[in-house]
Amino acid sequence: MAELSVNHLLGIKYLNEADIQLIFETADNFKEVINRSIKKVPSLRDITIANIFFENSTRTKLSFELAEKRLSADVINFSAGQSSVKKGETLIDTVNNILSMKVDMVVMRHPNPGAGIFLAKHVKAAIVNAGDGAHEHPTQALLDSYSIREKLGDVAGKNVVIVGDILHSRVALSNIFALKLQGAHVKVCGPKTLVPKYITSLGVEVETNLKKALQWCDVANMLRIQNERLDISYFPTTREYTQQFGVNKKLLDGLDKEIVIMHPGPINRGVEITSDVADSKQSIILNQVENGVAIRMAVIYLLAGKIKQ
Amino acid sequence: MSQKVLLSSEEINIILHRLACQLLENHIDFKDTVLIGIQPRGIHVANRLCQILAAEYGVKDIQQGVLDITFFRDDFRRGDKPLEATKTSINFLIEDKKVVLIDDVLYTGRSINAALTALQSFGRPAEVELLCLIDRRFSRHLPIQPNYRGRQVDAIQQEKVKVMWKENDGEDKILLINR
Repeated sequence: MAELSVNHLLGIKYLNEADIQLIFETADNFKEVINRSIKKVPSLRDITIANIFFENSTRTKLSFELAEKRLSADVINFSAGQSSVKKGETLIDTVNNILSMKVDMVVMRHPNPGAGIFLAKHVKAAIVNAGDGAHEHPTQALLDSYSIREKLGDVAGKNVVIVGDILHSRVALSNIFALKLQGAHVKVCGPKTLVPKYITSLGVEVETNLKKALQWCDVANMLRIQNERLDISYFPTTREYTQQFGVNKKLLDGLDKEIVIMHPGPINRGVEITSDVADSKQSIILNQVENGVAIRMAVIYLLAGKIKQ
Repeated sequence: MSQKVLLSSEEINIILHRLACQLLENHIDFKDTVLIGIQPRGIHVANRLCQILAAEYGVKDIQQGVLDITFFRDDFRRGDKPLEATKTSINFLIEDKKVVLIDDVLYTGRSINAALTALQSFGRPAEVELLCLIDRRFSRHLPIQPNYRGRQVDAIQQEKVKVMWKENDGEDKILLINR
Protein backbone atom coordinates (compact mmCIF):
# COMPACT_ATOMS: atom_id res chain seq x y z
CA MET A 1 0.00 0.00 0.00
CA ALA A 2 1.25 3.41 -0.88
CA GLU A 3 1.91 6.22 1.53
CA LEU A 4 3.66 9.56 1.35
CA SER A 5 7.43 9.56 1.80
CA VAL A 6 7.17 12.62 4.09
CA ASN A 7 5.42 13.43 7.37
CA HIS A 8 5.00 17.13 6.55
CA LEU A 9 4.27 19.00 3.35
CA LEU A 10 6.92 21.70 3.48
CA GLY A 11 7.63 22.05 -0.20
CA ILE A 12 7.50 20.20 -3.49
CA LYS A 13 11.28 19.97 -3.23
CA TYR A 14 10.88 17.27 -0.57
CA LEU A 15 8.42 15.10 -2.53
CA ASN A 16 9.11 12.46 -5.12
CA GLU A 17 7.11 11.61 -8.22
CA ALA A 18 5.29 8.72 -6.53
CA ASP A 19 4.10 11.10 -3.80
CA ILE A 20 2.62 13.44 -6.41
CA GLN A 21 0.86 10.58 -8.18
CA LEU A 22 -0.54 9.30 -4.86
CA ILE A 23 -1.83 12.79 -4.00
CA PHE A 24 -3.45 13.07 -7.45
CA GLU A 25 -5.10 9.65 -7.27
CA THR A 26 -6.42 10.42 -3.79
CA ALA A 27 -7.62 13.83 -5.01
CA ASP A 28 -9.54 12.08 -7.84
CA ASN A 29 -11.56 10.28 -5.18
CA PHE A 30 -12.12 13.45 -3.16
CA LYS A 31 -13.20 15.32 -6.27
CA GLU A 32 -15.96 12.76 -6.65
CA VAL A 33 -16.86 13.27 -2.97
CA ILE A 34 -17.13 17.07 -3.24
CA ASN A 35 -19.45 16.72 -6.21
CA ARG A 36 -21.96 14.65 -4.21
CA SER A 37 -24.99 16.28 -2.69
CA ILE A 38 -23.51 15.48 0.73
CA LYS A 39 -19.92 16.56 0.38
CA LYS A 40 -18.49 15.27 3.61
CA VAL A 41 -16.65 12.15 4.77
CA PRO A 42 -15.94 11.24 8.40
CA SER A 43 -12.27 10.16 8.01
CA LEU A 44 -10.67 12.85 10.20
CA ARG A 45 -13.29 13.04 12.94
CA ASP A 46 -10.61 12.61 15.63
CA ILE A 47 -8.11 15.09 14.16
CA THR A 48 -7.80 18.76 15.07
CA ILE A 49 -6.16 21.16 12.66
CA ALA A 50 -4.96 24.71 13.32
CA ASN A 51 -4.82 27.13 10.41
CA ILE A 52 -2.20 29.68 11.35
CA PHE A 53 -1.94 32.58 8.94
CA PHE A 54 0.71 35.20 9.56
CA GLU A 55 -0.01 36.69 6.15
CA ASN A 56 -3.22 37.66 4.39
CA SER A 57 -5.03 35.06 2.37
CA THR A 58 -8.54 34.54 1.10
CA ARG A 59 -8.55 31.65 -1.33
CA THR A 60 -5.94 29.44 0.31
CA LYS A 61 -7.37 29.89 3.78
CA LEU A 62 -10.93 29.19 2.68
CA SER A 63 -9.83 26.27 0.58
CA PHE A 64 -7.89 24.67 3.44
CA GLU A 65 -10.71 25.27 5.89
CA LEU A 66 -13.27 23.79 3.55
CA ALA A 67 -11.03 20.78 2.84
CA GLU A 68 -10.59 20.18 6.56
CA LYS A 69 -14.30 20.49 7.26
CA ARG A 70 -15.21 18.16 4.38
CA LEU A 71 -12.94 15.58 6.04
CA SER A 72 -14.76 16.16 9.36
CA ALA A 73 -11.68 17.50 11.16
CA ASP A 74 -12.07 20.03 13.96
CA VAL A 75 -10.68 23.34 12.80
CA ILE A 76 -9.32 26.36 14.63
CA ASN A 77 -8.29 29.51 12.83
CA PHE A 78 -5.68 31.96 13.87
CA SER A 79 -4.66 35.17 12.21
CA ALA A 80 -1.55 36.97 13.36
CA GLY A 81 -3.30 40.32 13.23
CA GLN A 82 -5.38 39.67 16.32
CA SER A 83 -2.90 37.60 18.30
CA SER A 84 -0.17 37.66 20.92
CA VAL A 85 2.39 37.70 18.11
CA LYS A 86 1.82 41.44 18.18
CA LYS A 87 2.82 41.33 21.86
CA GLY A 88 6.20 39.80 21.05
CA GLU A 89 5.59 36.04 21.29
CA THR A 90 7.97 33.82 19.28
CA LEU A 91 6.75 31.48 16.55
CA ILE A 92 7.61 28.32 18.50
CA ASP A 93 5.88 29.60 21.62
CA THR A 94 2.79 30.57 19.67
CA VAL A 95 2.57 27.19 17.98
CA ASN A 96 3.41 25.18 21.10
CA ASN A 97 0.64 27.00 22.96
CA ILE A 98 -1.78 26.02 20.24
CA LEU A 99 -0.50 22.44 20.23
CA SER A 100 -0.99 22.05 23.97
CA MET A 101 -4.68 22.36 23.21
CA LYS A 102 -4.25 18.93 21.52
CA VAL A 103 -3.88 19.95 17.91
CA ASP A 104 -2.59 17.30 15.49
CA MET A 105 -1.79 19.31 12.39
CA VAL A 106 -0.77 22.86 11.61
CA VAL A 107 -1.42 24.60 8.30
CA MET A 108 0.78 27.67 8.25
CA ARG A 109 1.34 30.68 6.04
CA HIS A 110 4.24 32.86 7.02
CA PRO A 111 6.07 35.77 5.37
CA ASN A 112 9.50 34.25 6.08
CA PRO A 113 10.93 31.57 3.77
CA GLY A 114 11.65 28.36 5.67
CA ALA A 115 9.20 29.06 8.51
CA GLY A 116 7.46 25.72 7.96
CA ILE A 117 10.74 23.81 7.89
CA PHE A 118 11.82 25.51 11.11
CA LEU A 119 8.53 24.65 12.75
CA ALA A 120 8.63 21.00 11.63
CA LYS A 121 11.97 20.62 13.40
CA HIS A 122 10.80 22.11 16.66
CA VAL A 123 7.19 21.16 17.28
CA LYS A 124 5.31 17.88 17.46
CA ALA A 125 2.66 18.14 14.79
CA ALA A 126 2.30 17.53 11.08
CA ILE A 127 3.03 20.79 9.26
CA VAL A 128 1.50 21.85 5.96
CA ASN A 129 3.13 24.84 4.33
CA ALA A 130 0.46 27.15 2.94
CA GLY A 131 3.09 29.55 1.61
CA ASP A 132 6.32 30.71 3.22
CA GLY A 133 7.55 34.03 1.87
CA ALA A 134 9.01 33.75 -1.62
CA HIS A 135 9.98 30.12 -0.99
CA GLU A 136 7.25 27.53 -1.67
CA HIS A 137 3.49 27.14 -1.91
CA PRO A 138 3.26 23.39 -2.44
CA THR A 139 -0.52 22.89 -2.48
CA GLN A 140 -0.87 25.60 -5.15
CA ALA A 141 1.67 23.83 -7.36
CA LEU A 142 -0.05 20.49 -6.80
CA LEU A 143 -3.44 21.87 -7.75
CA ASP A 144 -1.93 23.59 -10.79
CA SER A 145 -0.39 20.34 -12.04
CA TYR A 146 -3.58 18.47 -11.18
CA SER A 147 -5.58 20.96 -13.25
CA ILE A 148 -3.19 20.54 -16.20
CA ARG A 149 -3.49 16.75 -15.89
CA GLU A 150 -7.27 17.07 -15.82
CA LYS A 151 -7.38 19.38 -18.84
CA LEU A 152 -4.67 17.84 -21.02
CA GLY A 153 -4.57 14.25 -19.75
CA ASP A 154 -0.98 14.33 -18.57
CA VAL A 155 1.69 16.70 -17.32
CA ALA A 156 4.70 14.84 -18.71
CA GLY A 157 5.97 16.26 -21.97
CA LYS A 158 3.80 19.40 -21.81
CA ASN A 159 5.26 22.85 -22.36
CA VAL A 160 4.41 25.23 -19.55
CA VAL A 161 5.36 28.87 -19.33
CA ILE A 162 5.16 30.79 -16.07
CA VAL A 163 4.72 34.49 -16.76
CA GLY A 164 5.25 37.43 -14.43
CA ASP A 165 7.06 38.15 -11.20
CA ILE A 166 9.19 35.02 -10.86
CA LEU A 167 11.54 36.62 -8.34
CA HIS A 168 9.02 37.07 -5.55
CA SER A 169 6.77 34.15 -6.39
CA ARG A 170 6.53 31.03 -4.23
CA VAL A 171 3.97 29.77 -6.71
CA ALA A 172 6.56 29.91 -9.49
CA LEU A 173 9.20 28.04 -7.50
CA SER A 174 6.85 25.27 -6.33
CA ASN A 175 5.43 24.97 -9.83
CA ILE A 176 8.89 24.62 -11.34
CA PHE A 177 9.74 21.81 -8.91
CA ALA A 178 6.42 20.05 -9.46
CA LEU A 179 6.40 20.35 -13.24
CA LYS A 180 10.01 19.24 -13.63
CA LEU A 181 9.38 16.27 -11.34
CA GLN A 182 6.55 15.16 -13.60
CA GLY A 183 8.55 15.56 -16.78
CA ALA A 184 7.10 18.81 -18.17
CA HIS A 185 9.18 21.41 -20.02
CA VAL A 186 9.19 24.76 -18.26
CA LYS A 187 9.99 28.28 -19.35
CA VAL A 188 9.70 31.43 -17.30
CA CYS A 189 8.86 34.75 -18.87
CA GLY A 190 8.97 38.20 -17.31
CA PRO A 191 10.96 41.40 -17.06
CA LYS A 192 14.65 40.58 -16.59
CA THR A 193 14.57 42.38 -13.25
CA LEU A 194 11.92 39.95 -11.97
CA VAL A 195 13.63 36.74 -13.16
CA PRO A 196 16.24 35.44 -10.70
CA LYS A 197 19.74 35.18 -12.13
CA TYR A 198 20.27 31.50 -11.34
CA ILE A 199 16.79 30.26 -12.25
CA THR A 200 18.24 28.23 -15.15
CA SER A 201 20.02 26.00 -12.63
CA LEU A 202 16.56 24.54 -11.89
CA GLY A 203 16.37 23.28 -15.45
CA VAL A 204 14.08 25.99 -16.82
CA GLU A 205 14.63 28.33 -19.72
CA VAL A 206 14.15 32.08 -19.67
CA GLU A 207 12.19 33.82 -22.42
CA THR A 208 11.68 37.56 -22.38
CA ASN A 209 9.41 37.71 -25.43
CA LEU A 210 5.86 36.89 -24.34
CA LYS A 211 4.58 36.15 -27.84
CA LYS A 212 7.35 33.60 -28.47
CA ALA A 213 6.74 32.02 -25.07
CA LEU A 214 3.00 31.68 -25.73
CA GLN A 215 3.64 30.26 -29.20
CA TRP A 216 5.86 27.58 -27.61
CA CYS A 217 3.65 26.56 -24.71
CA ASP A 218 0.60 24.35 -24.10
CA VAL A 219 -0.16 26.07 -20.82
CA ALA A 220 0.50 29.62 -19.62
CA ASN A 221 0.44 30.19 -15.88
CA MET A 222 -0.02 33.92 -15.31
CA LEU A 223 1.29 35.37 -12.07
CA ARG A 224 0.34 38.56 -10.32
CA ILE A 225 2.76 41.41 -9.74
CA GLN A 226 3.29 41.23 -6.01
CA ASN A 227 3.22 44.92 -5.25
CA GLU A 228 3.44 44.24 -1.52
CA ARG A 229 6.84 42.58 -2.01
CA LEU A 230 8.28 45.09 -4.48
CA ASP A 231 10.72 47.05 -2.33
CA ILE A 232 12.20 48.90 -5.32
CA SER A 233 10.97 49.66 -8.84
CA TYR A 234 11.51 46.62 -11.03
CA PHE A 235 9.81 48.07 -14.12
CA PRO A 236 8.92 51.63 -15.14
CA THR A 237 5.13 51.54 -14.94
CA THR A 238 2.32 49.02 -14.62
CA ARG A 239 1.11 50.15 -18.03
CA GLU A 240 4.42 49.31 -19.61
CA TYR A 241 4.44 45.92 -17.85
CA THR A 242 0.98 45.18 -19.27
CA GLN A 243 2.12 46.12 -22.77
CA GLN A 244 5.07 43.74 -22.57
CA PHE A 245 3.81 40.89 -20.41
CA GLY A 246 0.02 41.16 -20.23
CA VAL A 247 -2.02 38.54 -22.05
CA ASN A 248 -4.99 39.77 -24.06
CA LYS A 249 -7.45 38.20 -26.48
CA LYS A 250 -5.69 39.61 -29.54
CA LEU A 251 -2.43 38.00 -28.53
CA LEU A 252 -4.10 34.62 -27.99
CA ASP A 253 -6.02 34.83 -31.28
CA GLY A 254 -2.73 35.51 -33.07
CA LEU A 255 -1.31 32.13 -32.00
CA ASP A 256 -1.71 29.14 -34.29
CA LYS A 257 -3.00 26.94 -31.46
CA GLU A 258 -5.26 27.16 -28.45
CA ILE A 259 -3.36 27.30 -25.19
CA VAL A 260 -4.63 26.81 -21.64
CA ILE A 261 -4.60 29.87 -19.38
CA MET A 262 -4.06 29.48 -15.65
CA HIS A 263 -3.82 31.96 -12.80
CA PRO A 264 -3.29 31.19 -9.11
CA GLY A 265 -5.25 34.30 -8.09
CA PRO A 266 -5.86 36.95 -7.01
CA ILE A 267 -6.16 38.35 -10.54
CA ASN A 268 -5.34 41.95 -11.28
CA ARG A 269 -7.66 42.25 -14.24
CA GLY A 270 -6.22 44.45 -16.95
CA VAL A 271 -2.65 44.06 -15.69
CA GLU A 272 -1.27 40.55 -16.28
CA ILE A 273 -4.43 39.29 -17.95
CA THR A 274 -7.46 40.98 -19.49
CA SER A 275 -11.00 40.17 -18.43
CA ASP A 276 -11.96 38.58 -21.74
CA VAL A 277 -9.03 36.15 -21.40
CA ALA A 278 -9.70 35.41 -17.72
CA ASP A 279 -13.33 34.59 -18.50
CA SER A 280 -12.69 32.77 -21.80
CA LYS A 281 -13.13 29.06 -22.34
CA GLN A 282 -9.36 28.68 -22.57
CA SER A 283 -9.07 29.76 -18.96
CA ILE A 284 -9.22 27.08 -16.25
CA ILE A 285 -8.89 29.52 -13.38
CA LEU A 286 -12.09 28.46 -11.62
CA ASN A 287 -11.32 24.77 -12.16
CA GLN A 288 -8.07 25.43 -10.31
CA VAL A 289 -10.04 26.74 -7.34
CA GLU A 290 -12.34 23.70 -7.31
CA ASN A 291 -9.39 21.33 -7.63
CA GLY A 292 -7.68 23.18 -4.77
CA VAL A 293 -10.18 21.77 -2.28
CA ALA A 294 -9.76 18.20 -3.58
CA ILE A 295 -5.95 18.47 -3.56
CA ARG A 296 -5.91 19.89 -0.03
CA MET A 297 -8.26 17.15 1.16
CA ALA A 298 -5.88 14.58 -0.33
CA VAL A 299 -2.79 16.14 1.25
CA ILE A 300 -4.41 16.45 4.68
CA TYR A 301 -5.89 12.95 4.50
CA LEU A 302 -2.58 11.36 3.52
CA LEU A 303 -0.58 13.26 6.15
CA ALA A 304 -3.17 12.57 8.85
CA GLY A 305 -2.91 8.87 8.01
CA LYS A 306 0.68 9.02 9.18
CA ILE A 307 -0.17 10.49 12.59
CA LYS A 308 -0.29 7.47 14.84
CA GLN A 309 -2.76 7.29 17.66
CA MET B 1 0.81 -21.38 5.10
CA SER B 2 -1.71 -24.00 4.01
CA GLN B 3 -4.76 -23.52 1.89
CA LYS B 4 -7.77 -25.48 0.75
CA VAL B 5 -10.40 -24.84 -1.87
CA LEU B 6 -13.71 -23.92 -0.27
CA LEU B 7 -15.66 -23.54 -3.47
CA SER B 8 -14.81 -24.42 -7.05
CA SER B 9 -15.75 -22.45 -10.13
CA GLU B 10 -18.77 -24.69 -10.75
CA GLU B 11 -20.02 -24.36 -7.17
CA ILE B 12 -19.63 -20.57 -7.30
CA ASN B 13 -21.64 -20.48 -10.50
CA ILE B 14 -24.48 -22.49 -8.96
CA ILE B 15 -24.50 -20.23 -5.90
CA LEU B 16 -24.54 -17.06 -8.02
CA HIS B 17 -27.51 -18.42 -9.97
CA ARG B 18 -29.37 -19.14 -6.74
CA LEU B 19 -28.60 -15.65 -5.42
CA ALA B 20 -29.81 -14.13 -8.68
CA CYS B 21 -33.07 -16.07 -8.35
CA GLN B 22 -33.51 -14.94 -4.75
CA LEU B 23 -33.00 -11.33 -5.78
CA LEU B 24 -35.47 -11.80 -8.62
CA GLU B 25 -38.03 -13.27 -6.26
CA ASN B 26 -37.93 -10.18 -4.03
CA HIS B 27 -37.37 -7.45 -6.59
CA ILE B 28 -39.13 -8.86 -9.71
CA ASP B 29 -38.49 -6.17 -12.36
CA PHE B 30 -35.83 -4.23 -10.40
CA LYS B 31 -37.68 -0.99 -11.26
CA ASP B 32 -36.99 0.60 -7.87
CA THR B 33 -33.97 -1.47 -6.98
CA VAL B 34 -30.31 -0.57 -7.27
CA LEU B 35 -27.35 -2.89 -6.80
CA ILE B 36 -24.29 -1.40 -5.12
CA GLY B 37 -21.04 -3.36 -5.19
CA ILE B 38 -18.59 -2.55 -2.42
CA GLN B 39 -15.05 -1.80 -3.60
CA PRO B 40 -12.78 -3.47 -4.26
CA ARG B 41 -14.07 -7.04 -4.45
CA GLY B 42 -17.81 -6.77 -4.07
CA ILE B 43 -18.10 -5.27 -7.54
CA HIS B 44 -17.22 -8.61 -9.14
CA VAL B 45 -20.11 -10.32 -7.37
CA ALA B 46 -22.43 -7.49 -8.44
CA ASN B 47 -21.24 -7.69 -12.06
CA ARG B 48 -21.78 -11.46 -12.21
CA LEU B 49 -25.26 -11.20 -10.74
CA CYS B 50 -26.20 -8.51 -13.28
CA GLN B 51 -24.86 -10.67 -16.10
CA ILE B 52 -26.88 -13.68 -14.95
CA LEU B 53 -30.04 -11.61 -14.46
CA ALA B 54 -29.69 -10.10 -17.94
CA ALA B 55 -28.68 -13.23 -19.83
CA GLU B 56 -30.96 -15.77 -18.23
CA TYR B 57 -33.91 -13.87 -16.85
CA GLY B 58 -34.09 -10.98 -19.28
CA VAL B 59 -33.75 -8.33 -16.57
CA LYS B 60 -31.72 -5.66 -18.30
CA ASP B 61 -30.75 -2.10 -17.35
CA ILE B 62 -30.46 -2.75 -13.64
CA GLN B 63 -29.07 0.37 -11.99
CA GLN B 64 -25.68 -0.57 -10.68
CA GLY B 65 -23.11 1.41 -8.75
CA VAL B 66 -19.78 0.89 -7.05
CA LEU B 67 -19.09 2.27 -3.62
CA ASP B 68 -15.70 2.89 -2.06
CA ILE B 69 -15.86 2.98 1.73
CA THR B 70 -12.26 3.98 2.51
CA PHE B 71 -13.09 7.46 3.81
CA PHE B 72 -15.87 6.05 6.00
CA ARG B 73 -13.91 3.27 7.66
CA ASP B 74 -13.48 3.25 11.42
CA ASP B 75 -9.86 2.05 11.39
CA PHE B 76 -8.21 5.12 9.82
CA ARG B 77 -4.84 5.67 11.61
CA ARG B 78 -5.34 2.47 13.61
CA GLY B 79 -3.47 0.00 11.44
CA ASP B 80 0.11 -0.11 10.24
CA LYS B 81 -0.90 0.22 6.63
CA PRO B 82 -2.43 3.36 5.15
CA LEU B 83 -5.91 3.05 3.70
CA GLU B 84 -5.91 3.54 -0.03
CA ALA B 85 -9.05 4.74 -1.72
CA THR B 86 -10.57 3.44 -4.92
CA LYS B 87 -13.26 4.78 -7.16
CA THR B 88 -16.88 5.44 -6.26
CA SER B 89 -19.35 5.63 -9.10
CA ILE B 90 -23.01 6.04 -8.24
CA ASN B 91 -24.54 8.13 -10.99
CA PHE B 92 -28.05 8.16 -9.59
CA LEU B 93 -29.83 9.10 -6.41
CA ILE B 94 -30.80 6.27 -4.12
CA GLU B 95 -33.63 8.32 -2.59
CA ASP B 96 -36.61 5.98 -2.02
CA LYS B 97 -34.88 3.12 -3.82
CA LYS B 98 -34.40 -0.39 -2.54
CA VAL B 99 -30.65 -0.78 -2.24
CA VAL B 100 -28.90 -4.13 -2.29
CA LEU B 101 -25.37 -3.83 -0.94
CA ILE B 102 -23.13 -6.53 -2.37
CA ASP B 103 -19.82 -7.77 -1.00
CA ASP B 104 -17.77 -10.92 -1.36
CA VAL B 105 -16.99 -11.84 2.25
CA LEU B 106 -18.90 -10.76 5.34
CA TYR B 107 -16.54 -10.96 8.32
CA THR B 108 -16.63 -8.43 11.19
CA GLY B 109 -19.41 -6.35 9.66
CA ARG B 110 -17.37 -3.15 9.95
CA SER B 111 -17.13 -2.68 6.18
CA ILE B 112 -20.88 -2.91 5.91
CA ASN B 113 -21.24 -0.43 8.76
CA ALA B 114 -18.99 1.98 6.84
CA ALA B 115 -20.92 1.31 3.64
CA LEU B 116 -24.22 2.14 5.35
CA THR B 117 -22.76 5.48 6.47
CA ALA B 118 -21.30 6.14 3.02
CA LEU B 119 -24.67 5.44 1.39
CA GLN B 120 -26.21 8.35 3.27
CA SER B 121 -24.33 10.73 0.96
CA PHE B 122 -26.44 9.56 -1.95
CA GLY B 123 -29.91 9.96 -0.46
CA ARG B 124 -32.32 8.18 1.85
CA PRO B 125 -33.06 4.72 0.53
CA ALA B 126 -36.44 3.07 1.09
CA GLU B 127 -34.62 0.01 2.41
CA VAL B 128 -31.20 -1.55 2.34
CA GLU B 129 -30.49 -5.26 1.98
CA LEU B 130 -27.19 -7.07 2.16
CA LEU B 131 -25.98 -9.81 -0.13
CA CYS B 132 -22.70 -11.59 0.44
CA LEU B 133 -21.11 -14.54 -1.25
CA ILE B 134 -19.39 -15.86 1.87
CA ASP B 135 -20.66 -15.34 5.39
CA ARG B 136 -18.05 -16.08 8.06
CA ARG B 137 -20.03 -17.20 11.06
CA PHE B 138 -19.28 -16.26 14.67
CA SER B 139 -16.89 -13.46 13.72
CA ARG B 140 -19.12 -10.40 13.78
CA HIS B 141 -18.18 -7.28 15.77
CA LEU B 142 -21.49 -5.61 14.96
CA PRO B 143 -25.12 -6.72 14.75
CA ILE B 144 -25.14 -7.07 10.96
CA GLN B 145 -26.53 -10.09 9.10
CA PRO B 146 -26.97 -10.71 5.37
CA ASN B 147 -30.37 -11.00 3.67
CA TYR B 148 -28.87 -13.18 0.96
CA ARG B 149 -25.88 -15.41 1.62
CA GLY B 150 -24.00 -17.62 -0.79
CA ARG B 151 -22.30 -19.97 1.63
CA GLN B 152 -21.82 -19.85 5.35
CA VAL B 153 -18.38 -20.90 6.56
CA ASP B 154 -16.73 -21.36 9.91
CA ALA B 155 -13.24 -19.96 9.88
CA ILE B 156 -11.03 -19.08 12.80
CA GLN B 157 -9.37 -15.69 13.10
CA GLN B 158 -6.02 -16.86 11.75
CA GLU B 159 -7.68 -18.05 8.58
CA LYS B 160 -8.41 -15.89 5.59
CA VAL B 161 -11.13 -16.45 3.03
CA LYS B 162 -9.94 -15.36 -0.39
CA VAL B 163 -12.35 -15.01 -3.28
CA MET B 164 -10.66 -15.21 -6.69
CA TRP B 165 -12.27 -14.14 -9.95
CA LYS B 166 -11.54 -15.15 -13.50
CA GLU B 167 -11.17 -11.50 -14.58
CA ASN B 168 -8.50 -10.81 -11.92
CA ASP B 169 -6.93 -14.08 -10.91
CA GLY B 170 -7.40 -16.38 -13.89
CA GLU B 171 -10.14 -18.58 -12.45
CA ASP B 172 -13.14 -18.46 -10.13
CA LYS B 173 -12.22 -20.07 -6.84
CA ILE B 174 -12.67 -19.50 -3.13
CA LEU B 175 -9.78 -20.45 -0.87
CA LEU B 176 -9.46 -20.87 2.88
CA ILE B 177 -5.91 -19.86 3.71
CA ASN B 178 -4.29 -20.64 7.07
CA ARG B 179 -1.83 -17.84 7.82
